[in-house]
Amino acid sequence: MPSIYLDHAATTPIVESSLIAMTNQLAALGNPSSLHTHGRATRKTLEDARELIAKEAGCLPSEVIFTASGTEANNIALKGLYWAGRDNGKHLVVISSIEHHAILDPAHWLATHEQAEVIEIPVNSDGIINLDFLKELVAARGSEIAVISVMHANNETGVLQPINEVVAIAGEIPVHSDAVQSFKKTPLSFSQLGVIAMSISAHKIGGPLGIGALILKRAVEIPSLLHGGGQEREIRSGTLNAPGIVGFATAATSSHYNAVAVEGLRDRFISAVQSLIPDAVINGLASTRLPGIVNITFPGTQSDTLLLLMDAQRISCSTGSACSAGVHEASHVLLAMGHSEITAQSSLRFSFGATSTANDCDFVVSVLPDVIARGRAANLK
Amino acid sequence: MKLIAAMSGGVDSAVAAARAVEAGHEVIGVHLALSANPQKYRSGARGCCTIEDSHDARRAADVIGIPFYIWDMAEEFHDGVVEDFLAEYAAGRTPNPCLRCNEKIKFAAVLDRARAMGFDGVVTGHYARTQMSDNGKTLHRAVDHSKDQSYVLSVLTTEQISGAIFPLGDTTKIDIRKEAEARGLAVAQKPDSHDICFVPSGDNAGWLRDRLGSDVGAIVDQNGTKIGEHKGAYTYTIGQRKGLGLTIPTPDGSPRFVLKIEPVTNTVVVGSREDLAITIMRGERPVWCGPAIDEGKHIGFVQIRAHGAALPCTYFVENGLLVAVLDSALLGLATGQAMVIYDGDRVVGSATICETQ
Repeated sequence: MPSIYLDHAATTPIVESSLIAMTNQLAALGNPSSLHTHGRATRKTLEDARELIAKEAGCLPSEVIFTASGTEANNIALKGLYWAGRDNGKHLVVISSIEHHAILDPAHWLATHEQAEVIEIPVNSDGIINLDFLKELVAARGSEIAVISVMHANNETGVLQPINEVVAIAGEIPVHSDAVQSFKKTPLSFSQLGVIAMSISAHKIGGPLGIGALILKRAVEIPSLLHGGGQEREIRSGTLNAPGIVGFATAATSSHYNAVAVEGLRDRFISAVQSLIPDAVINGLASTRLPGIVNITFPGTQSDTLLLLMDAQRISCSTGSACSAGVHEASHVLLAMGHSEITAQSSLRFSFGATSTANDCDFVVSVLPDVIARGRAANLK
Repeated sequence: MKLIAAMSGGVDSAVAAARAVEAGHEVIGVHLALSANPQKYRSGARGCCTIEDSHDARRAADVIGIPFYIWDMAEEFHDGVVEDFLAEYAAGRTPNPCLRCNEKIKFAAVLDRARAMGFDGVVTGHYARTQMSDNGKTLHRAVDHSKDQSYVLSVLTTEQISGAIFPLGDTTKIDIRKEAEARGLAVAQKPDSHDICFVPSGDNAGWLRDRLGSDVGAIVDQNGTKIGEHKGAYTYTIGQRKGLGLTIPTPDGSPRFVLKIEPVTNTVVVGSREDLAITIMRGERPVWCGPAIDEGKHIGFVQIRAHGAALPCTYFVENGLLVAVLDSALLGLATGQAMVIYDGDRVVGSATICETQ
């Protein structure tokens, strides 16, 4: 039985060139903060990598702050910008209602522990944030807002968000964008976006796990989460992960990801699903989306049952939403788009990547009707 | 066969799953999330629904090399087991929630879902055996009588038993632990769970008091004379002697025992040891774990507690109730418990005790 991976939005295979670069760097000796020959050698390699990543992200090398993950980048940005704003009497944190938990949870943590007030921008049924809501909010309480954070593209539906408009509405208010899913999948430039901060991660683009970056505009000073050696602009401490950074840069400059081909596969899949399962709902279909992601509601099923049945066919896909103690919660993204608890829990995310093939797509399509039929029979709700 | 292994995170269900794999079955491990809020149950890690237990189950599945999923059955568990438990106590009866869980969750909701998904049955770590007979699959005691769990499985119908696999019935608990050790399962020395899983503190009376209130009521003797006060009738059990707080002694100084709990009047009736004695019990809603019994009287055994003795009796069906007449009297029997009939090692069937005399 073939084994098929359609969960590239969770993580995607490491590109061979990245693996080799990273492995070589693992064997190299030298702490990049050391001033001696060994340290300087590592520092040189690492700064070369920083420049490459900066170029790909459309920012200056000095704007790249390496972190251990996209989650860490989001935490530094949201908490740091909030604390910086709070010092000037601003207590409002504005996020979209469809953020990843790596923004959602720090925002609500700030509300619980740091006197923040969190306001979520609603989305319409196509999964796009309500700009009028934001306009009114900024008009009414703009002076109270410490930070606005809106993701570049949603991880569950792939729907792209109007970040340029958010920045225009925000004016002087700092805007952060979680671009973890978008980086290298769709045109993305930090400087053109106009945001003050942006998060990216290596393992979503064919780089290694354990390395991400916060792109933070020059001259912006925010309090740190990790204190120590002050390696990254005094904002992020910790010995720099040179092998990870080199692997990250190699993946970022690799041309393995062909967005047009990935999008073609995804659309081939969507057409087949629509003809085989006529009542399936493609979430966010009317919106501009990332090439590789499709989120589908299969009425009358439970997503955890579908995952088990898919896995039994050696197909790896996902609900895209979070687990609580291993139990799939109804996706807050789909709920925000107007789904009920029941339909939100009847949905799967398939995400295609650089290594996906037409055969993968066709095999999944061939087993899907049986999986959905069994899933409907096993539905207790 | 294609089987779902229900894995609690304990040693028994882990070995059961491993044995099913070894027997050549295609097995998928499933942990049942039975609490809507597992994080709240952290302290003490009792029972089978803490977050740590689900991690233990996942680790065991990984070691065995089978896929693992968590099924959210919190709603079904709450409605079918927890609510039933409270309602029974409120009605002055003493329910057994493990039995209800087997009846409504493990071999109903889980088995139904498994079958609909194309699986043939459910594997559990219960100590019990099944055998093929002319009348289909029958349910029997485990070889290790001290661990035998056939009592809590006696609510299963023939149809449910046909989809149940109990790989541990032929082994003693000591050997199961050794086997778990040999298989590299980290849960090998994990302590057994004894308490009711949704009462993590083990304080049953306190748990009930929090939910059913603690209306003070009368403790009366058999003549209806008030001789004391209680703090919530359902926190008492039939046959209980200690903790009654009675200050008026009996004329002959003999101890008093709880004879009856009357929820409508919120009264606890006490009396002498002799008054506890019963020889006949009747049970409602009989379930047969094989063919229904013939008309007429049968000689066998009845068991009234999970690890109680098998009491010699004559049993029969009368007006739809299962009746057992004991060979010798028994002291203290609460209604709401299951009466389980055995023919030797075979479980004939069970009913919920509604009347004793």
